[in-house]
Amino acid sequence: MMIAVRLFARARDLAGRDMLPVELPAGATVADLRQSIRLACPALTDLLARSRIAVGDDFAEDETKLTAGVDVAIIPPVSGG
Amino acid sequence: MIQLTNEPIDHNALTELVRRPGCGAVVTFLGTVRDLTGDQVTVALDYDAYPQMAERKFAEIEAEVRSRWPVGEIALVHRLGHLDIGDVSVAVAVSCPHRHQAFDACRFAIDQIKELVPIWKKENWADGRTEWVHPGAG
Repeated sequence: MMIAVRLFARARDLAGRDMLPVELPAGATVADLRQSIRLACPALTDLLARSRIAVGDDFAEDETKLTAGVDVAIIPPVSGG
Repeated sequence: MIQLTNEPIDHNALTELVRRPGCGAVVTFLGTVRDLTGDQVTVALDYDAYPQMAERKFAEIEAEVRSRWPVGEIALVHRLGHLDIGDVSVAVAVSCPHRHQAFDACRFAIDQIKELVPIWKKENWADGRTEWVHPGAG
């Protein structure tokens, strides 16, 4: 399945785009996604290690399973306020 | 009341919005753009957000505040886009029957916003460099 990962802030600048398409097998987890992101865009490796992953607009754990079409985003440490 | 906006925040209107006859206390917190971080001079900030998730997190924070304190009304507003020194970037207004409740509720809400809501700021330094702020990042 194809997952389109949304990128924000420094993640977007590092990747030079606001969406990173990643191909994953059915049943893949957030941990699998992290590995695929590192392979698809090595520039994101360091920031990714300090970032959370959002699935369906909420923070997800590494064990969270992904489904086709779900919204996925890299959430670098936030700095609102 | 929750809002992400590209327009200036009318904080006086928000303070009025949360006033209630049963509430003897209103606390409004404003976050404003500061010109110094350590010895580095800021000339402006740019705020970016993941809007749909930010609105969800704001709603969760509002629900949590209402579950912990007897809130009359609460307003959570964050501005996005390009802000100059002194501009209001975030406003939290809360009314409660008594002052300690309103202070505690407002403090909790802004602390939660700064920890949980997917919003990011980019420093525009005086020397022309820009830098996304990701706390804990090198």
